[in-house]
Amino acid sequence: MVEFKINKDECIGCQLCVKSCPYGAIDMVDGKAVINEKCTGCGACVESCPKEAIKEIKEQVVDEGPQGTENMGAYKGVAVFAEQRGGEIKPVALQLLGKGRDLAEDLGVELYAYLLGSNVQELAKELIAYGADKVYMANDPELENYRTDAYTKVIVDMIRESMPEIALYGATYIGRDLAPRIAQRITTGLTADCTELTIDKETRNLEQTRPAFGGNVMATILTPNHRPQMATVRPGIMKHKERDPNRQGEVIDFKVQLGEKDQLIKVLEVIKEHKKAVNLEEAKIIVSGGRGVGSEEGFNVLRGLAEVLDAEIGGSRVAVENGWIAQDHQVGQTGKTVSPEMYIACGISGSIQHRAGMGSSKVIVAINKDPNAQIFTVADYGIVGDLHEIVPLMTKELKEKGLKGL
Amino acid sequence: MRFELTEEQEMIRKTVREFALNEIEPLAEEIDKESRHPHETVEKMAKAGIMGISVPKEYGGAGADTIGYAIAVEEIARVCASTAIIVSVNNSLACYPILKFGTEEQKEKYLKPLATGEKLGAFGLTEPNAGTDAGGVRTVAAKVDGGWKINGTKIFITNGAVADTLVIFGLTDPGKGARGMSGFIIEKGFDGFSIGTIEDKLGIRGSEQAELVFQDMFVPDENMLGREGKGFGSAMATLDCGRVGVAAQALGIAQGALDKAVQYAKEREQFGRPIGKFQAIQWMCADMETRIQAARHLVYGAAYAKDHQKRYSKEAAMAKLYASETAMWVTTKAIQVHGGYGYTKDYPVERYFRDAKITEIYEGTSEVQRMVISGSLGL
Amino acid sequence: MDIIVCIKQVPDTTDVKIDPKTGTLIREGVPSIVNPDDKHAIEEALKLREKHGGKVTAISMGPPQAVVALREVYAMGVDEAILVSDRMFAGSDTWATAYAIGQAVKKIAKYDIIFCGRQAIDGDTAQIGPQLAELLDIPQVTYVTHVEPKGDKLLVHRALEDGHMNLEVPKPALLTAIKELNEPRYPSMGGIVKAHRDYQVKVWTGADVAASPNMTGIPGSPTKVKRTFAPEPKGKVEMIEGDSGAVKVGNLVTKLKDKNVVREG
Repeated sequence: MVEFKINKDECIGCQLCVKSCPYGAIDMVDGKAVINEKCTGCGACVESCPKEAIKEIKEQVVDEGPQGTENMGAYKGVAVFAEQRGGEIKPVALQLLGKGRDLAEDLGVELYAYLLGSNVQELAKELIAYGADKVYMANDPELENYRTDAYTKVIVDMIRESMPEIALYGATYIGRDLAPRIAQRITTGLTADCTELTIDKETRNLEQTRPAFGGNVMATILTPNHRPQMATVRPGIMKHKERDPNRQGEVIDFKVQLGEKDQLIKVLEVIKEHKKAVNLEEAKIIVSGGRGVGSEEGFNVLRGLAEVLDAEIGGSRVAVENGWIAQDHQVGQTGKTVSPEMYIACGISGSIQHRAGMGSSKVIVAINKDPNAQIFTVADYGIVGDLHEIVPLMTKELKEKGLKGL
Repeated sequence: MRFELTEEQEMIRKTVREFALNEIEPLAEEIDKESRHPHETVEKMAKAGIMGISVPKEYGGAGADTIGYAIAVEEIARVCASTAIIVSVNNSLACYPILKFGTEEQKEKYLKPLATGEKLGAFGLTEPNAGTDAGGVRTVAAKVDGGWKINGTKIFITNGAVADTLVIFGLTDPGKGARGMSGFIIEKGFDGFSIGTIEDKLGIRGSEQAELVFQDMFVPDENMLGREGKGFGSAMATLDCGRVGVAAQALGIAQGALDKAVQYAKEREQFGRPIGKFQAIQWMCADMETRIQAARHLVYGAAYAKDHQKRYSKEAAMAKLYASETAMWVTTKAIQVHGGYGYTKDYPVERYFRDAKITEIYEGTSEVQRMVISGSLGL
Repeated sequence: MDIIVCIKQVPDTTDVKIDPKTGTLIREGVPSIVNPDDKHAIEEALKLREKHGGKVTAISMGPPQAVVALREVYAMGVDEAILVSDRMFAGSDTWATAYAIGQAVKKIAKYDIIFCGRQAIDGDTAQIGPQLAELLDIPQVTYVTHVEPKGDKLLVHRALEDGHMNLEVPKPALLTAIKELNEPRYPSMGGIVKAHRDYQVKVWTGADVAASPNMTGIPGSPTKVKRTFAPEPKGKVEMIEGDSGAVKVGNLVTKLKDKNVVREG
């Protein structure tokens, strides 16, 4: 129905509109004209107003809001985006299959993998070996390199086809670009950078726990009314299952349908930085240095220990920003997340941001001059002392006792 | 009476503090050790509008109020007193006199580039025989066709060796003493102007204090600053402004030293606990904090007075006197808190201590400030 | 080139502490700052304007005090700063926030690039950029380390963990900035004075941007927070004692051997 409104600020109280209305639908309230419920929308008052203070209310689009997903019960299954680059499955994808397996068991449903790329048939088998029941494979030259638009379209199609109740993505540079676009397109909830996922048995809801405020706070998030419940998961937290080459599963050749709008982005080049890749995420032991190391040369002391333990070198943000160690060694909220068997923190104060990156290491040894350093709140063993004295002593002791890392 | 800063002043503090930590602090030790003027920092400060923060917008400055200016100097001094005095001299001793006493042509030609930081300024009043006795200058300006021929020397001139634009003072009428003094704007390239000794000093070694030598230096008529014979008044008015800047510098030095002392007290352990747990240290720090806050009130009060009162000489003198003596006292205690380590170059407090001393001397010694204050009491 | 930059005022999370009793954030005394990644977005927008002309508009969705953040970026040099603030936005998750910002962007209407910081240091989701791009139906590139106009398109470099991709993207597009993109300028002193005396940050309410209450705030949020808590501290650390460094190390190595993290090689 057409409705009219009188602008209070412009109304001068002349009452010409009151006289013009055949339905007595205008009252005077505090000297200003106000339209009441008798209004039929005839519009006679509009012309009567010398101040043009009466206007038609444009049809208010009262959006319904992101209504819950229709037919929620029909969504069954756990899906994992099997991120691959250059023909190699990213470790986080395998970790998610591992976790996905557990979630699928808890829910009594199947585990799907979404595989996109060009010439990736062999990878499909790997995904099954690591736990997938069904692999939706979109094998197409257009998908060789990651592009937001193309990948979004294909995965949205896969989701609509397979209707999983949960969809997981690695929180990689690609996953964190892709997942939110998908979530917006299919109108569902997405939780970023999760470190823990559990099923609430009563509701079948996925409980997604993740750090916020730079790691100072943990939040548990739910997506109660929308499906699939989507989450990006931090690499290095979940554990992949044992590879079982005899495992059986189904590979579904998924038809790729890309419109012009799904191919707006053009990949000109993919450039790999040619440095010896530091593999902190896979390292069993990490010897890490912070402010206490003091200089680039200072790291040599840590390298001595790392050699005996066959360990990787890590660094806090302070060490990286001072140029004492390269960025790909950085551990922390804005660096890598690691969970090695042992993490030796040398001269690292242990800020929240750093702890976020290594807090789930199995055994943490901390060496610091300051007995009140925060690092000691997460360490298993602590020595108060100067790393420049202690670390060489450790190297010496291990060598003398003939001990190595595990 | 309002005891809070405006949002604008808060944002100035926040921005300059961040700038100081990122751009100035990393160089502080080096420029002190090498005794060099930080050209690269001055360029960055120019870009950020700090070199002309106190100058009105229409002359290329930021147009901040004097409290905002004081805050900027304070935050810089908190990490580096040398860099702070460079800013203070440019704003208070070079820009200010031209702003107050210059012609529109002079402001256009000289003030604008100083405010934007394109050029650097200095102030030349002090001479080998005229310190506190500023009226005793011997530099003479003799009238010649089209201008003045100036002969004399100035010493201890901050920024003097690298300044492009200098405000100097000489006797246009030697017989009259202070009342025969006039001000001039000179340029680095003027014939007859050369730089002499650059001092080797105890503190603020990251700023240069130079000897200026005038040998038949020609200065055109249009470069006289203010009216002939009124130079002494201009110089004194300029020093009032400069005192607010130095007071802010001293305040920053004191605050920086206290910050370091408190940090050390929390880290250093003796007898099984941090020394900050012992009352002796706690009370020392409590006294330092209280005196610094008192100084802060005087400094901001003087800055406020400059913007709201016709005369503020007394307020400026009190702020400079108290803040400088506080800086000396606080930095001495700060070394004490550090114990033996504070006496070494490994820790920055010894630099703060060395830097603090000059604040009791330049821009009017503490004795001069006391003269001004007692003068205001009618004594 | 007209650019809209989305910024957020956030607590400085390096300073945030948890109340050990309630497990909630202690917000008092924690300074508010412009989200660091957003400053890189502003800087890049200003650089592009310096090179190619156009207008830079900063917008932020937040409570009334977010106006301070907008003044700060105005002091950095943006042409216009707009705060979108309304009680109806309170409690928004990323879907609901993207909607609200999207309404404001639609009101501005004219833009070649929308620049966002990649991630805010409080929410840490990095979702707003992509969700906003999808909502506006424009292409997105995240983790941007370089951008330049190339004819009627944009040449963009986006970072990967181990390298980067060079992409060609049509306009308008949404880009998210990371710290490797540039070195943000400081707000100038003159800019700060102007921001407080000569300029008024525009404030738009929900009605001003024609926002529907169901699409934002709590009703518009598909995700819900079940609970927040402080991260578990580990059990107490065992401090290794000893009269000298060598003795301490000896004790430590013995314990590590018992724990099987080192063993005979």
